[in-house]
Amino acid sequence: MTESPASTEELQDLYRELILDHARSPRRFGRLENATHTADGINPLCGDKLKLYLQVDADRRIQDLSFEGSGCAISVASASLLTDTVVGLPVDEAEAFFDVITRRLTEGRVTDVEGIDIDKLKALDGVREFPARVKCATLAWHALHSALNRQSQPATTE
Amino acid sequence: MSQPQPRTASSVADCRADFPILEQCISGAPLVYLDSAASAQQPAAVIDAVARYQREDHANVHRGVHTLSHRATEAYEGARDKLRDFINAASRREIVFTSGTTESINLVAQSYCRPRIGAGDKILITHLEHHANIVPWQILCEQTGAELLVAPIDDAGQVELDALLAMMTDDVFILAISHVSNALGTISPIADIIATAKERGIPVLVDGAQGVPHLAIDVRALDCDFYAFSGHKMFGPTGTGVLYGRESLLDAMPPYQGGGDMILEVSFEATVYNELPYKFEAGTPNISGCVGLGAAVDYLQSVGMQRIADYEHELHDYMVAELKAIDGIRLIGQATEKASVQSFLLDDIHSHDLGTILDHQGVAIRTGHHCAMPVMQHFGISGTARASLALYNNEDDVNRLTEAVLKAKQVFA
Repeated sequence: MTESPASTEELQDLYRELILDHARSPRRFGRLENATHTADGINPLCGDKLKLYLQVDADRRIQDLSFEGSGCAISVASASLLTDTVVGLPVDEAEAFFDVITRRLTEGRVTDVEGIDIDKLKALDGVREFPARVKCATLAWHALHSALNRQSQPATTE
Repeated sequence: MSQPQPRTASSVADCRADFPILEQCISGAPLVYLDSAASAQQPAAVIDAVARYQREDHANVHRGVHTLSHRATEAYEGARDKLRDFINAASRREIVFTSGTTESINLVAQSYCRPRIGAGDKILITHLEHHANIVPWQILCEQTGAELLVAPIDDAGQVELDALLAMMTDDVFILAISHVSNALGTISPIADIIATAKERGIPVLVDGAQGVPHLAIDVRALDCDFYAFSGHKMFGPTGTGVLYGRESLLDAMPPYQGGGDMILEVSFEATVYNELPYKFEAGTPNISGCVGLGAAVDYLQSVGMQRIADYEHELHDYMVAELKAIDGIRLIGQATEKASVQSFLLDDIHSHDLGTILDHQGVAIRTGHHCAMPVMQHFGISGTARASLALYNNEDDVNRLTEAVLKAKQVFA
């Protein structure tokens, strides 16, 4: 079977080197002792499951965070990139990232927001060509949003 | 009603041309559909039968004196006769139309079991079951205090027969077991299991959702008490299904739902229920769907269930051999007796990623837990990639599958 070059390009765009790297060696993977906020993210469609641990200090800054769980390359890489992105940030800024990233991936909206540098996160852009996979990429971000808002129900992508 | 055309095709593989949906490209490549265990595609004969019914014959059934109502009733009841013949039930009274396997099993749990069961009774299932043959029993246990027992499986994905037989004790009220595992393709030796259950006076429900598309079913030879299956797994419309029940048992069961069509006479003092099988078919049924299901039976019989089983068996063995030859593949489910399904994993690639890469080459497979999470737990995995075959697949499809899997290996290299 000869396949169209476009097909290979889209696949390579989805599984970029940075994504595969984070999927294979996720950053801040594991349980965080002394977490002040946690949230579960569940994707009922494919069974992706992750737990996010946040340590938020008195100044409402994310001192540290981690995640554990299992999922596909996209969901694990996205969670790993998330931890790289929001560590050390004020809660409000992390929430702004949630907003920008989920809009970017679900609505294709690529507006720049002042003070938000999503350079690395553009590695996730490939999922926009794969509607069935957008939820994998946004799962960790929904969990972040849920943890910061202390929602008791697990975040789902449904 | 139109009669099935005798099939002159020399090979089952020629059936592919009967399925219009397969004539399309996905991501620029001809579609290879390997997800029939989730839902099978429909031949033109089924699609046309439904359309013809809607265009020419539709009205409500069992109600009107007018011509269309008569035609609709003939078509609907004609489908019931076909289903009776298809599984060799003794009487059309034993064929209850439902929305699918799930409703069929819930019907048995709530109507047959619930009034008769209590604390101390046991319901026996196996570790192989689909959620549809687990959750209705858990609900029943919560309602009645009965206990759910689960017979173990081995690492090939087969029910451990000795353990199952040992668990079939006097306090088991019903045994509910799948004929063919949806996640692994294991064919359980249900004839022998049912024979033992009969000796011990235990009624048996068979979840036949994955059995009917691949094996010739004879409920009288099996001697099961209930056999549940879905239309859309056997090339019929979604939202259709059958509960076969032994007449003496169905007769003694109260209705599952109340409504129109399931009554003989209603007053505010008392209601007299209709006879079988209408007692279990409250409300206007899925008439066009059942007409389509009848057409699916015609279609399958025109090909011949034994020919289908033989053809698929050979193709399944080819698929397993081809997959096995791929470096880094792990086959999940290697029972001695299997039908049409192979679950697998590749290296440390998540099944969802495999599914996306395969889809991008036009190959449709199922990924995830296949609504059988306990099976996944047994193997210590969260899910698998699953390729499932039907009569319209061929060796080219299998070759495309293995090429696509090799491509996935490349992407993740």
